Amino acid sequence: MIANQVAGFLGIGAPPAPSFTSDYESIATVNVGAGSASTITFSSIPSTYKHLQVRLIGKDGRALNRDNMKMQFNSDTGANYAWHSASGDGSSASASGTAGDNFVSLYRISGNSSADNTFGAMIIDILDYANTSKYKTSRTLAGLDLNGSGEIYFQSGLWQNTSAISTITFTPGNTTNFLQYSHFALYGVK
Amino acid sequence: MATATYEAIATQTLVGSAATVTFSSIASTYTDLVLVASNGTTSGSVSTTLRVNGDSGSNYSTTSLEGNGSSATSQRQSNADKAYIVGFQAASYSSPYISIINFMNYANTSVYKTFLSRSSSNAASTYVNLWRSTSAITSIELTATGTNFSTGSTFTLYGIKAE
Repeated sequence: MIANQVAGFLGIGAPPAPSFTSDYESIATVNVGAGSASTITFSSIPSTYKHLQVRLIGKDGRALNRDNMKMQFNSDTGANYAWHSASGDGSSASASGTAGDNFVSLYRISGNSSADNTFGAMIIDILDYANTSKYKTSRTLAGLDLNGSGEIYFQSGLWQNTSAISTITFTPGNTTNFLQYSHFALYGVK
Repeated sequence: MATATYEAIATQTLVGSAATVTFSSIASTYTDLVLVASNGTTSGSVSTTLRVNGDSGSNYSTTSLEGNGSSATSQRQSNADKAYIVGFQAASYSSPYISIINFMNYANTSVYKTFLSRSSSNAASTYVNLWRSTSAITSIELTATGTNFSTGSTFTLYGIKAE
């Protein structure tokens, strides 16, 4: 069954206290099950941190060996995003970008034609996400290696909105779904 | 409820030069591992490679992006017996340097293991590596190819757990 997978900050329950102190906290996690997922959403994100970080591995159902992924904030689907990247494909380095887009485009996750067990990986830093005096900037380190092909990306993103980010939504770049074992984890940095 | 994470697992500081540094008996209780290396080498141009779980088979591949101040390049190595994390273009990379290596979902036995890393010295570089095994990573070995890590080099392994 295809479903949107949403992880919110529930603020309930009391897990055992860790044996160390840290200003880096796990907020929410989504593991895609056998039913796949058309979107991944982190909602009800508290404004109590300084920065956010998303760490993920992803694979979608596109009939190619790779795909991009869309990131949007607070359900904003307007042309309020810009993004730029420097990348390498194993033979040459290149750069790309755009302004006035409807999402931050993130490269790469693996597609369904890639070998089993291969997933793209990303580490996304969203800086000053709750600062209502600033547009929101993201920085992403991402890569996909398929042993014979692959790409490495260093990207920046901009959301031209001063609202605090309370929701982050990830969607496959093309009409498809995230596949089983894709894993998205949201962390807060104080 | 949010849970504190990003725990220091182990640190090694070299009191003498060494060709390899190994972290072993890594527990599978975290989601990702982060290895931070701040090191020099006993010779000039360098490259650093890694192996996991003692695997010396042709199970690694690397895609790199490097900038040395005058040009940006990208290289690939497939079916290799080690993963490169520093200095694919060894001649352009000198010590000391800092590397941050992320082992994503290192204990997930349903996926091959992907590593993301950044390194900085007189060249800036970033790498993605694939280890074609679904085994959980229990050991990490770093090697200073053709040289030694110098005295005072530090290597710290952190665990990040997603709740």
